[in-house]
Amino acid sequence: MTEQLHEIRLTVNGAAHELRVPARRLLSDALRHDLGLTGTHVGCEHGVCGACTVLLDGAPTRACLVLAVTAADHEITTVEGLTEPDGSLGPVQQAFAECHGLQCGFCTPGFLTTIHAGLRDNPSPTHEEAREMVAGNLCRCTGYQNIVKAVERAAALRQAQGPAGQAQGPAGQGQVERS
Amino acid sequence: MKPAPFDYVRAASVAEAVSALAGDPGAKVLAGGQSLVPLLSMRLAAPSLLVDINEVPGLADVTVEETGVRVGALARHAAVLDSDDVRRVQPLVSLALAHVAHATIRNRGTTVGSLVHADAAAEMPVVLRLLGGSVEVEGSAGRRTIAADDLYLGPLESSLAHDEVAVSALFPALAPGAGVAFDEIARRHGDYAMAGAAALVDGDAVRVGYLSVSDVPTVVDLTGVPDDELGEAALARLEPMDDIHATATYRAQLVRVLTARVVAAARSHAAAHDQQEAR
Repeated sequence: MTEQLHEIRLTVNGAAHELRVPARRLLSDALRHDLGLTGTHVGCEHGVCGACTVLLDGAPTRACLVLAVTAADHEITTVEGLTEPDGSLGPVQQAFAECHGLQCGFCTPGFLTTIHAGLRDNPSPTHEEAREMVAGNLCRCTGYQNIVKAVERAAALRQAQGPAGQAQGPAGQGQVERS
Repeated sequence: MKPAPFDYVRAASVAEAVSALAGDPGAKVLAGGQSLVPLLSMRLAAPSLLVDINEVPGLADVTVEETGVRVGALARHAAVLDSDDVRRVQPLVSLALAHVAHATIRNRGTTVGSLVHADAAAEMPVVLRLLGGSVEVEGSAGRRTIAADDLYLGPLESSLAHDEVAVSALFPALAPGAGVAFDEIARRHGDYAMAGAAALVDGDAVRVGYLSVSDVPTVVDLTGVPDDELGEAALARLEPMDDIHATATYRAQLVRVLTARVVAAARSHAAAHDQQEAR
């Protein structure tokens, strides 16, 4: 049986891509296999671990729980889109490096995208809010302490960076993420 | 695992979705997909056609009506949870939504989708039942309103006909002087609860709804029951289930604990609510 393919346009990290996929293609697989953006990791593939978290129209979303066809014509930001325009690390990435917020690194892309959006919506989280921000992501190496420290460090880095680092509006407004 | 192959239609209107559903007995509606996509990936569900309603205009509204708050089929949990109108008109909806999975899932999952997915372990079906809410559906035969009491037939089984799409849900407003509370116990933060309870106290009337205790969301009337007998009175009307997450005996204990907690919390909420009204 030949499976029907759907022509879709995905806008990923500001760049438009045309692709032909079967309806059952998960967004996580479309990003990794069809577009070669392997920064998005696939852990559990049923929405529990959070490794595949991307921003869909600015909102953190499990890429393994969205079909590529349903994401067509929407804006997607992956971990590859979180670096600064000059290629240097974004504040959340830098904070993870400074705080030793990762060991094996498998879960890291999902944490980075989640925290990037989390700090955009809440630039100065309390310790409790920082913990809550990462509560939907699993990490089997670090024990989370350094990840929570990285959230707080990233908040400080963003604030030091000034308004440029906080120029983006609140979540769910459909704005494009191009940090 | 990956989903089995299926056909796909992106509906531009509710009418288009209804006619696509009517044309294929194996069709399913795709809204937020936070329950459906895992079922597809684990191949526990293998629909022949998915009817995607995500691009249907006008379904994402959350509006206050005379009798309560109406939530459109595409309103994401996160949007409903963020709504000040919802919190003011019926705080139980906001209280329960905070327990629905994690923020990332709430960004995509829809409240109405959760209602008609009819999972007895979910928070919102029991809230709708406890409040006496309803779901508005549209099918080949036109529109109709299904009362929450007639919505849940069995585990993951709602009374929607195959060609019907849920377009909105109505959560009735909190009556003046009434109080509500919600609590649940889960092994892990954000995971499915082993048991949960929602209470509605209005004058002498005390009703409590339970999730994850029976195979459908269940509401028990505890009016007139002395405080120290609430848990036992509730258990007399419930049959807690055994599963891999908790034994029936442990669930019964959770029912005792949660019932006392939510009734007490709903009473204090009613008292505070009453004072607010009086001002």
